[in-house]
Amino acid sequence: MGFFWTIVVLVVVLGFAWRFLGSYMAAVFDGRVHFLGWLERPVYWALGTGPDHEQTWKRYAVSMIVYSGVAIGVAYLIMRIQGHLPLDPQHLGGVPQALSFNTAVSFVTNTNWQNYGGETTMSYFSQIGALTVQQFASCAVGVAVAIALVRGFARRNSPTIGNFWVDVTRFTIYVLVPVSFVAGIILVSQGAVQTLAGPATIHDALNGVTQTIARGPAAFMGSIMQFGTNGGGFFNVDLAHPLENPTGLTNLLYIVLTLSIPVALTYTFGKMVGSIRQGTALLAAMTIIFGVWVGFTSYAEHQPNPAVAAAGVANTHVGNTEGKEVRFGDTSSALFNVSMTQTSDGAVDSAGDSYNPMGGFGLLTGMMLGEVTPGGTGSGLYTILVYAIVAVFIGGLMIGRTPEYLGKKIQAKEVKLAGLAALVMPLTVLVLTGIAVSVHAGQAGPLNKGPHRFTEILYAFTSQGNNNGSAFAGLNSNTDFYNIVGAIDMLLGRFGIMIPVLALGGSLAAKQVVPPSAGTFRTDNGMFVGLTIGVILIIGGLTFFPAASLGPIVEQLSHGKFF
Amino acid sequence: MATTATPPPPQQTPAQPHGVARSRGLFEREILSRALPEAFLKLDPRVQVRNPVMFVVLVGTVVTLIESITSPGVFDWSITAWLLLTVIFANFAEALAEGRGKAQADTLRRMRADTEARRLRPDGTEERVGAATLAQGDLVVCEAGDLVPSDGEIVEGVASVDESAITGESAPVIRESGGDRSAVTGGTKVLSDRIVVRITAEQGQTFLDRMIGLVEGANRQRTPNEIALTILLAVLTIVFLPVVVVLEPFGRYAGASVSVVVLVSLLVCLIPTTIGALLSAIGIAGMDRMVQRNVLAMSGRAVEAAGDVQTLLLDKTGTITLGNRMASSFTPVQGVDERDLADAAQLASLADETPEGRSVVVLAKERFGIRERALDGGHEFVPFSAITRMSGLDVGSRQIRKGAADSVKRWVAEQGGSLPEDLDPAVERISRAGSTPLVVADGKRILGVIELKDVVKTGIREKFDEMRSMGIRTVMITGDNPLTAAAIAQEAGVDDFLAEATPETKMELIKAEQQGGKLVAMTGDGTNDAPALAQADVGVAMNTGTTAAKEAGNMVDLDSNPTKLIDVVEIGKQLLITRGALTTFSIANDIAKYFAIIPALFVATYPQLGALNIMGLHSPQSAVLSAVIFNALVIVALIPLALRGVRFRAAGSASILRRNVFIYGVGGIIVPFLGIKLIDLFLVAVHWY
Repeated sequence: MGFFWTIVVLVVVLGFAWRFLGSYMAAVFDGRVHFLGWLERPVYWALGTGPDHEQTWKRYAVSMIVYSGVAIGVAYLIMRIQGHLPLDPQHLGGVPQALSFNTAVSFVTNTNWQNYGGETTMSYFSQIGALTVQQFASCAVGVAVAIALVRGFARRNSPTIGNFWVDVTRFTIYVLVPVSFVAGIILVSQGAVQTLAGPATIHDALNGVTQTIARGPAAFMGSIMQFGTNGGGFFNVDLAHPLENPTGLTNLLYIVLTLSIPVALTYTFGKMVGSIRQGTALLAAMTIIFGVWVGFTSYAEHQPNPAVAAAGVANTHVGNTEGKEVRFGDTSSALFNVSMTQTSDGAVDSAGDSYNPMGGFGLLTGMMLGEVTPGGTGSGLYTILVYAIVAVFIGGLMIGRTPEYLGKKIQAKEVKLAGLAALVMPLTVLVLTGIAVSVHAGQAGPLNKGPHRFTEILYAFTSQGNNNGSAFAGLNSNTDFYNIVGAIDMLLGRFGIMIPVLALGGSLAAKQVVPPSAGTFRTDNGMFVGLTIGVILIIGGLTFFPAASLGPIVEQLSHGKFF
Repeated sequence: MATTATPPPPQQTPAQPHGVARSRGLFEREILSRALPEAFLKLDPRVQVRNPVMFVVLVGTVVTLIESITSPGVFDWSITAWLLLTVIFANFAEALAEGRGKAQADTLRRMRADTEARRLRPDGTEERVGAATLAQGDLVVCEAGDLVPSDGEIVEGVASVDESAITGESAPVIRESGGDRSAVTGGTKVLSDRIVVRITAEQGQTFLDRMIGLVEGANRQRTPNEIALTILLAVLTIVFLPVVVVLEPFGRYAGASVSVVVLVSLLVCLIPTTIGALLSAIGIAGMDRMVQRNVLAMSGRAVEAAGDVQTLLLDKTGTITLGNRMASSFTPVQGVDERDLADAAQLASLADETPEGRSVVVLAKERFGIRERALDGGHEFVPFSAITRMSGLDVGSRQIRKGAADSVKRWVAEQGGSLPEDLDPAVERISRAGSTPLVVADGKRILGVIELKDVVKTGIREKFDEMRSMGIRTVMITGDNPLTAAAIAQEAGVDDFLAEATPETKMELIKAEQQGGKLVAMTGDGTNDAPALAQADVGVAMNTGTTAAKEAGNMVDLDSNPTKLIDVVEIGKQLLITRGALTTFSIANDIAKYFAIIPALFVATYPQLGALNIMGLHSPQSAVLSAVIFNALVIVALIPLALRGVRFRAAGSASILRRNVFIYGVGGIIVPFLGIKLIDLFLVAVHWY
C-alpha cells in the first residue's frame, strides 16, 4: 500500500473514531451508557462509592494519587517475586530492585519506558498482571483527569468535578476492554502471537543451528499498549518484531489504535462543553503540527546519511535505511515513529538512534512540544488545554477583555496553575539531563561519542519526562542511576502536571460563565488555532532550543563528523 | 471613535489652568527631571523584589559585576553596564508614568491653601477657625468670594459656585439646599449669595484629599489582570532560569567552557524584560488617561472592569437625547388653521421659560413668522403646576392653555366643550413616535396638538453601532412610557430599553444581567441611584450628583457627562490591550535573541553552529552585547507606547486580535533581528569591536 493510501485510510478511520468514539466517550462519562451496569455496580460497592458521590478536585486528586501509588506498589511486588509466581516457563527469576521500580513507575505513568528486554526479563505473569493491567489502568487514569478538566469548563458554579473511581471504571469497561479485545483478535488473525506456552525451539537443519523463538501473549498486549498510548511491547524491539507487528495492516492498525483516543477526545471535549467546533479547533492545532512533523521527519529520513554524503559516496536514492525494517521503509517508519513520539505512546518500529540527525530531531522535538499532537490518552487533551489557556490569556488581553475560555474567566489562579503545569515538564527534563551529564553514573550511559551521546541522554529524559517511553536507544540505561532518576522524571512528568490540571478543573468548575458576545475572544476559529500552535511551538522552542542545538542541530551542521 | 494617544477633543478638555485634567505632555521637562533621579532611587532591592522579572535582572547584574571585578575585561564591563541600564530604564518608565500624576497632585495641593472657615456657633454667631479643625457635622457659612472649606451639604440657601478647581470647568454651577444639587466640594469658590454648609467629610478624607491620593497613585494596588500577568511573567522567568543554568553542564559535557557573563546575558534576554519593565507604567498610565478625561477612578480594578463591561445602562436624558424636548410640529384638529394653533401655542408659552416653552415660541416664529409680542395689559400668566399639569395665559376673555392631553381634555370637558374626533388619534400618533404631545385649547375649544420631540444626539447612533461591534449591549433607561421609549430606542439604535424606570427596576435589571455573568456599567447622580451605582460593576457618578451617589460609584466624572461612559469602556480595553500586546512583543523577541547568542555561546567548541548566526553578526562578543543593548533600548523605545496605550479602534474581537497579533507578534519576531544587526553594525563602525 502506497504512502498516499496509508494516509487516506488513516484519515478516514480516524475521522470515524473522532466522530463516533468521541461522542460515545462523552456518553460514557456523562453516565448515559449502562449496558454493563451489572459489572459497574459491584466495583462501586466494593470501593464504597458510586456515580452520585461527586468529588471536589482535591478528593479527585487524592483518589488518583492513592490509586496510582497502590498500582506502583503492586506492580513492583509482582516483578520482584515473579519467580515464585506461576506462568514463568523460562524461570527468569525476580526482577532487580531498581529495574522493578523504574518499570512499575513507567507503566503506571503510561510511559512504558523499558529498561529491560521483555522476553528475557519478564515472566508471562508480570507481562500480564503487572504490565498489561497498568496499560489499561494508566490510560483510564489519564483520560479521567482530562475529563475532570473538561467538566471544569462544562459546569458552572460547581464545587465538584466528577468521581475518579467511576470515571476510571466506566472508561475501562465501556471503552478500553471492548476495543482492545476486537483489535487483539484482528492482530492474531494477521499472525501476531498470543500464547502462554514458552519460547519455541526450532532446529534449522539446513544450517545446523538451533534457534529459540520468543513467544508470549503479545497480540493482546499490543492492542492495549497502542490503544492506551502506552507503547511498552512484549518484545525488546517492540513493534519492529514480526511476531507482534506481522504485516503492513497491523502496522497501520497500531497507528490507528494509538491515535484514536487522543483524537476522539477532542470531539468528546467539544460535545461536553456544548460546541463541537471548540474541539475541532484543538484537533486542527494537533493535526497541523503532526502533519508538519511527519513531513519533516520523512523528508529527513529520505536524505542520505550526512556522514555518508560527506564521505563522497553517491546518493543511493533510498534515503537512510539504517535501523529500519525493510518491510516498512523510510516514509512509513517515519510516520510510525512520529505517531508514537507525538502520542506519548513511544512504541517504535525503527531505531531512532539510527535516524539522521534531523530525523532524530523530528522525533525528539515531537516530545519536547509536550505531547499534545495529539498526545497521550487524556494527557494530550489536558496538556493542550493548558497551552490553550496560555494562548487565551495572552490573546484575550490583546482584545481588551479579561481573558475567558468557553466563558470561564482566566484569572490569576488559572494562570498560576496552567503556568505550573506547562513548566513542570521542561524544568524536569532539563534539570535531570543536566544532572546526568554532570555525574559519572550518567556520563557512563551513552554508547556513542560527540553530540550524539548528548542527544541520547537528552532523548531518554525527554521521553520519560513526557511519559512517552520511546527509546532512542544507544543508551545503556539499565543502571541504578538511570532507573531511579528516570523514575523520578516519569513521576514528575505525570503527576506534576496532573495535579495542577485537576486544580484547574476545580477552579474552572466553580466559576460563573460569561455569555459570549461579539467582543468575546473566539476559541473556535483559525486565529485561535494559530495562536495555540504558536504558544506550543514558542514554549517548546524557547525552552529546548539551546539543548537541541547542542545535540541534533550541531550534529546535522557537522555533516556527520562525529559518528 | 478611535481612542488614540492624541489629547481628547477640545470639548472634553477644559483649557483651564487649574483643572485636574490639565493636559501635560508625556515628556515635559518638569516630569522628566523628576523621573531621572527616581530611576536611580528605585534600584533599591526592596523596591525591585516586587517585580520578579526586573529583580532577576538586578541579581544578574550583580553576578556580572563580580565577574567583571575578578576578571576585568571590556566585554564583561560593557555587559554589566547595559544590564544595569536595563533596570534603570525600567525604573525610569515607572517614574515617568508616576511623574504626571505627582505633578497633578502638587497642583491640587497648592490649591488647597489653608482656608479659614466661618463656623456657626449653636447660638447663631460666627467664629473664624482654620479649615483643618472642622469636624463632621459642623455648620459653616460661605458668602460670595469664600472658598468652601471642606466637603459638605448645603442646609440653607442657594449659591453659584465656581468648581473649576476640581473640574476645570469655568462656568459656575448652581448649588442649593435640598434635592440632588446640595453637595459642595472643599476647595471650590462661592461666587454669589450666602449658603450654610454642614460639613460631611472628616479631615483628610475630603474629595480633594482622595483626588490627590488617586492621581498620585499613593496606594496603588495591582489589578486582577495585572496580577495574573505578573504570574505568567514569573512563570516565564522561572522556566528560563534552568534553561540557561543547565547550559553550563551541557556545555561542559560537550567540552566547551561557557562564560557566566554570557549565560547571564542570555537569561536576561530571554526573560520577558520588556513587558516586565513596562507593566506598572502601563497600569499607572491607564489610570492617568482616565484623569485626563476628567474621570476619577477610585481603583485600577474599576478601570479594568470597564474593559470587561458587556452591558451599558445609559440614561436617556442627557446621554442619548439632548435632554430637552423641542417643539417640532403643530397638528391642528379638524376645522382649525395651523397658523391659529401656532399663534395660540405661542401665546400660551410666552411666559414659559423652560426650554420646551421657548422652543414652542421659536417654532411658531420659524413656521409662520409669528413674533413674540408685547401684550397689552389685562392679561395674566397661568404657571404650570403639578396639579393642573397645564400652563398658559388669560388675556381678556380668552383662556389659552397647553398641557398634557388628559389634563387639557378634562379642563375642556369641565367647561362643557366637546372633544374633536381626530384629537385622540393625533395624540396617539405623536406618542407612538416617541414624542410628547401637548394639547392646546382656547377656552372650551380644542385647537390641536404640539409635538415635543426628544432630540437624539447626533453621532450617538454610530457610537452604539461601535459598542455593538465590540459586543457591548446598550440599554436605555428612561422614565417614559414603553411606547415613547421604544420609538426613541429605535431612533437612537440602542439594543434594549427599560421604560418607566424606577431605582428598583434599574437595580433588578443590573442584578439580572449580573446573574447571567455579565458586567454592567451605569451612570447616576441622584441619591436614589446610589444602590444601583454600588451594585453595578462600573458605576460612574456625576460630579454634580449627591455625595451618596459619589460614594457609591467607583468612578466620578468631573464633567458630569454621562456619554463619557463609552470613553471609560474604551480606556479600560486599551489598558488590557497594551499589556497583552507588549507581552506578545516581549516573548516574540526571544527568537532573534537565541539566534544571536546561542551560536556565540558554543561557536568555540562547535564552529559549525556558526551557521545559526543568520544575522551575520561580527563576533561572538559583539553578538551578545548587541542583543543585551537591544534588550535595554527596546524598553526606552516602548515607553511612549506604554504610557499612551496601544491604538484602540472599536471593532469586533476578531479584527482587533488579527491586527495586534500581526503588529506585535509578527512585528515582535522581525524587529529584533533588524535591531540587533544594526547595533552590531554600529559597534563595529565605532570600532568597539
